[in-house]
Amino acid sequence: MADTAVNLEASPAVPIDQERSTLTQTELIWRRFLRNRLAVIGGIILIVFYITMVCFPGFFSPHNHLIQREDYISVPPQLPRWFDEEGKFHWRPFVYGFTTELDMERFEWVHFVDTSQKYPIYFIARGEEYKLFGFIPCNIHLLGVEPPGTLFLFGTDELGRCLFSRILHGGQISLTVGLVGVILTIILGSIMGTISGYYGGLIDNLIQRLVELLMSFPDIPLWAALSAALPPEWSPAKRFFAISAILSLRNWTGLARQVRAKILAFREEDYTLAAQAMGASDRRIILVHLLPNAASHIIVVATLSIPGMILAETALSFLGLGIQPPVVSWGVLLQHAQEVAVVMDRPWLLLPGLFVVLAVLSFNFLGDGIRDAVDPYSN
Amino acid sequence: MAVQERELPANEVLLEVKDLRTQFFTEQGVVKAVDGVSFTIKKGKVLGIVGESGCGKSITALSIMRLLPEPRGKIVSGTITFYPPEGGSVDITRLDRHSAEMRRIRGRHIAMIFQEPMTSLNPVHTIGDQIIEAIQLHQDVDKETARKRAIEVLNQVDIPHPERRINEYPHQMSGGQRQRAMIAMALSCYPSILIADEPTTALDVTIQAKILRNMRDLQRQYGMAIMLITHDLGVIGQMADEVLVMYVGRKVEQADVRELFLNPLHPYTQGLFRSIPLIGLKGKKLVPIAGSVPSPYNLPPGCYFAPRCPRAMDICRQEAPAEYEVEPGHFVSCWLYK
Repeated sequence: MADTAVNLEASPAVPIDQERSTLTQTELIWRRFLRNRLAVIGGIILIVFYITMVCFPGFFSPHNHLIQREDYISVPPQLPRWFDEEGKFHWRPFVYGFTTELDMERFEWVHFVDTSQKYPIYFIARGEEYKLFGFIPCNIHLLGVEPPGTLFLFGTDELGRCLFSRILHGGQISLTVGLVGVILTIILGSIMGTISGYYGGLIDNLIQRLVELLMSFPDIPLWAALSAALPPEWSPAKRFFAISAILSLRNWTGLARQVRAKILAFREEDYTLAAQAMGASDRRIILVHLLPNAASHIIVVATLSIPGMILAETALSFLGLGIQPPVVSWGVLLQHAQEVAVVMDRPWLLLPGLFVVLAVLSFNFLGDGIRDAVDPYSN
Repeated sequence: MAVQERELPANEVLLEVKDLRTQFFTEQGVVKAVDGVSFTIKKGKVLGIVGESGCGKSITALSIMRLLPEPRGKIVSGTITFYPPEGGSVDITRLDRHSAEMRRIRGRHIAMIFQEPMTSLNPVHTIGDQIIEAIQLHQDVDKETARKRAIEVLNQVDIPHPERRINEYPHQMSGGQRQRAMIAMALSCYPSILIADEPTTALDVTIQAKILRNMRDLQRQYGMAIMLITHDLGVIGQMADEVLVMYVGRKVEQADVRELFLNPLHPYTQGLFRSIPLIGLKGKKLVPIAGSVPSPYNLPPGCYFAPRCPRAMDICRQEAPAEYEVEPGHFVSCWLYK
């Protein structure tokens, strides 16, 4: 009995529920999101990807991704090491150099790890020139070794270009295509979906038939035809936006249908009638009352459709129809995977595929997490 | 009450509905939802409209607001004349329902509140934002003034701590508070007419009484007219000045509230009174009205109530009765009073 009395006194005067009810909607969403481990991990991976690849690929890559090196053709990955061949520990990681010989039988350069050459890795080191944000000349890299050493973390391709640097720069294109394409998708999809759902009748019918028409085209031939029609003299940037537009031209249809379904439901809600009774105009009802209700849905659909965009760009570039070299994207890098020799002898050239998988998975986890977090009825 | 009650000129007509006919065109045929109803709404008065579900009460309200689900539902004839406070008159049936003029009447002059407080507030905006939106739609004021006004009306509808609750979302409020917030939103633009469609049906009885008393107070304070739609005679008794009884789209009886309660004339009205429990009348059984409401697709000729009427005569089944003024201001549509 005494114990219970003590416990009662010790319990806080304010019940926990009361504290919870004072949290704002944003705080509740944020809490629910943080509880989802996979979504948080996906989010962190994407933040890292976007900072290293989209914002500062030049700084984070140890080499210039376009420089070709005859002496370092198809070098396997150089792994940073802390223990040397005698088992001695080094505080500063280092990489071994190479000795290169010509294999006369296969007529190929063969690289052997030369444990006598040790190149310590330095942070914030000066190295090859690159342009920060595409216009500020700069030569500071996050990681670097003293010349004549090299730091090919993921090896090099058949022209001796650093694959790690190329993956970072490729990510810049691939990850941005997803975003730009999704923004176009959201704009097109929500406008068409809202008009279709709110006004109904003939307009609805026309838009829905157009959606069905677009959906019934086979993807790859449609994209291929459209990108083949792009003038070859277009600059890479222009081509890039054209590709994003082509991808979203097909992609908006799914979103438009979902938005239409949502608007159809919201249109019949009492609050829409109440807003009309307040004297609100159609435009106002759509923009202020209907779209914000559909917003959480649109955001989730958008997040979940970014990976589709990335995959589509990768597929197009893989087929040689998307981004054109010398501009790199993950799809361009994966063109190597078309050769059996690569899969057999130089498997590190498949590493861009791992990044595609990572990015797509992260977006999916993040999208799932956001969907669960913004849903007020989840737990 | 601290608020001064305004002196009201007696019987000043704000809205005049004449022979309103609203019909729904469905696959199965035409439904005469409102079939020749006339009434007036006077300044500072509460007009109660009573009837069973589906008798056309709500459709009358939506016809006045021009919010019928077109093209299925249409006003086919009749006039709804609105007399704005600045003078003149407008026939609402002739306005384009999407026009700026109609939008100005909705919300600004005629406000409406709905039965379901749980769903008639938009879940994604705060209460404050929704009231501020309503104010700014009709009044040329900045956001700060609108916010002050929003807090003021929330205070008037008895929401505690309005300055804090204004930032809350509808789901953070109870049903009664939401309905108060709806009333606040409706009052925010000083409307001359408030149409309340079953405002308390979805609420607890205790909350119901409080909200009705609050509405009555505000009605006097604002000097507005209320058109109160309900199926609850108790609510009518507490609130209304004048009552209109509807049955299957037609007006069957209209009278001053005291007159109607003391001397119901139409057999349908009498049936309604016999079917409600009264405190203190022990041992008296409730008498339901026999039969059920006729199908809207297959209405009987003559008086629609004839098949259920205990006092029906031959003529009732052949011809619809005209409206007779039995006492001054007491109208009834029944052959018994010819």
